[in-house]
Amino acid sequence: MNDVLLTIILIVIKLGLVLGTVLSLAAYMVLAERKVLARMQMRHGPNRVGPFGLLQPLADLIKLLCKEDLIPERADRWVFMLAPAISVGTALLAFAVIPFGAPLQIFGRTIELVICDLNIGLLYLFALSSLAVYGVALGGWASQSKFALLGGLRAMAQMISYELALGLAIVPVVMASKSFSLTAIVASQQSLPNALRHPLAFLIFVIAIMAESKRTPFDMPEAENELVAGYHTEYSGMRFGMFFVGEYVNLIVLGSMLTVLFLGGWHGPFLPSVGWFLIKILAVAFFFIWVRGTVPRLRYDQLMAFGWKILVPLGLLNILVTAVWLLWRG
Amino acid sequence: MVTVLFYTLAAITLATTVLCLTRNNPVHAVLYLVQALFALALLYFMLGAPLLAAWQVILYAGAIMVLFLFVIMLFEPPVADKRTSGRLTHWFFPVMLGGLLLACGGALIAMDPAAKASLSSYWLTPRDYGRALFERYALAVEIISLILLFAAVGAFHLGRRYRSTTKEDVS
Repeated sequence: MNDVLLTIILIVIKLGLVLGTVLSLAAYMVLAERKVLARMQMRHGPNRVGPFGLLQPLADLIKLLCKEDLIPERADRWVFMLAPAISVGTALLAFAVIPFGAPLQIFGRTIELVICDLNIGLLYLFALSSLAVYGVALGGWASQSKFALLGGLRAMAQMISYELALGLAIVPVVMASKSFSLTAIVASQQSLPNALRHPLAFLIFVIAIMAESKRTPFDMPEAENELVAGYHTEYSGMRFGMFFVGEYVNLIVLGSMLTVLFLGGWHGPFLPSVGWFLIKILAVAFFFIWVRGTVPRLRYDQLMAFGWKILVPLGLLNILVTAVWLLWRG
Repeated sequence: MVTVLFYTLAAITLATTVLCLTRNNPVHAVLYLVQALFALALLYFMLGAPLLAAWQVILYAGAIMVLFLFVIMLFEPPVADKRTSGRLTHWFFPVMLGGLLLACGGALIAMDPAAKASLSSYWLTPRDYGRALFERYALAVEIISLILLFAAVGAFHLGRRYRSTTKEDVS
C-alpha cells in the first residue's frame, strides 16, 4: 500500500513539474519569438514591462483575462467553447509519454523521468497530433464566419496531408530501434543520434512538423492578408489566448518529439540529462523562429502539391531503402 | 471495478451511437460518433490490445472522421438552430457523456499505468499483431490492399480534370 501511495505521489510531483515547466516555457516562447523576430527586422521588440521586457507574458496574460469574452450571436455556442479546449488539451496531454531525462537514483529507488512509459508511446503521440485537427476545424466551423470557415478547412486539409508524411518519416526510426516506446528509442541513440542515421527521414520530419504546427512557410490557415486570422478570427479574450498558448505548447511538443526521435533525446556529454533535453528543445524552437523570420509563405496549391507529390513518395522510398538495408545487415 | 468500467464504456458507446443517428445537425452527429469511437478504443485498451486502440483513434477518429467533417464543412453551411440552443438536451448529453468518458479513461490509466491489460485473456504486443497480420492473414491483407489500390486508381481517374475539353470550351 505504501508503495502504491509513493508511486502516485511521484506521478503527481512529475505531472506538476512538467506542466509548470511547459506552460511557463510556452509563455516565454511567445516573448522569445517576438524578441528574435524583432532583432531580425532591426527592431527592439517588447522592452517596456520589466527588465528587457521579461514580464511581458504576465502583462499579456492579464490583458487577455480582462478582455470581454465575445461569442458571435449565431455561433454554435457549445462547439465554439469546446474548440480552444481541444487545442490546448491535445497539446498538453502529449507530455505524458515524453522521456525528459535519464533515470534518477534517489534513496535506492529508480525514478524514470517520464510520466508514463507507454509501450506504444509513439502511437499515442501520433494519435494526439491527429486529434489536434478537431480544435481548429470545430473552431472554424462554429464561429459562423466565412474567414474562420475557410481557415478551418485549409488547416484540416493541410494537417491531414502532412500527418501522412510525418507518419512515414517515423517508420524507419521504429524499424531501426524495434520499439514504439519513446524510452527505448532514446536508449537506441546512445552512440549516434537518429538524425545522422536517417537523414532523409529527419528532413521530412522537420518539414512535416513545421506544417503540422501551422508555422510560417506553411501558415496558410492564418494568412492574415486573405483570411484576417483564419480559424480564430471570431475568438477574443482568454479563448483566443487558449488557441495561442496551445500553438506554443504544440511547438514545444513537436520540438521534444524531434529531440526524442532524431536528436538523441537526453543523451549528451558533461551536462545533466534534463539540461541536454531542454537545450535541444530550445535550439529546435529557435530554429523554427528563425525560419519564420526568413522564409516567405507558400501558395496553397504549392503546399498541397509539395506534401503529396514530394514528401509522401520520398517517405515511402525511404522506408523501402531502410528495410532493404536492415535485411541486408541482418 | 473492471466490470463496472466495461459496462459503463459499452453504455457510452451505445448512447453516443444512438445520439449520432438522431441528430439533425451533421457536425454534432460527427462529434457523437467520435465519442463512440473513443469509447471503443478504451474498450480495446481494456481487452489487452493497446495497439488496436491507438489505430482506432489515429485512423478512425483522426483521419476518417476528419474527412467526414471536411466534406460536411464544405457542403453544409453552419446553421445555428435557435430553437434548441437553450434547451437542456442541447448541452446535457454531451457534457454528461464526455465527462463520463474522461472519467473512465482516467480510471483506466490510474488502475493500469503501465498499460498492461486489465481484463486480458491475452496480451497483444505490436509484434504479435504484425505476425498475425502478415503471416497468418497475409493473403487476405494482400487482396484487401489490391482492392484499395483499384479504388485509389479509380478515384484518381474520376477526379481528373480533362484539360483538352475545357480549352475547347474557352476558345
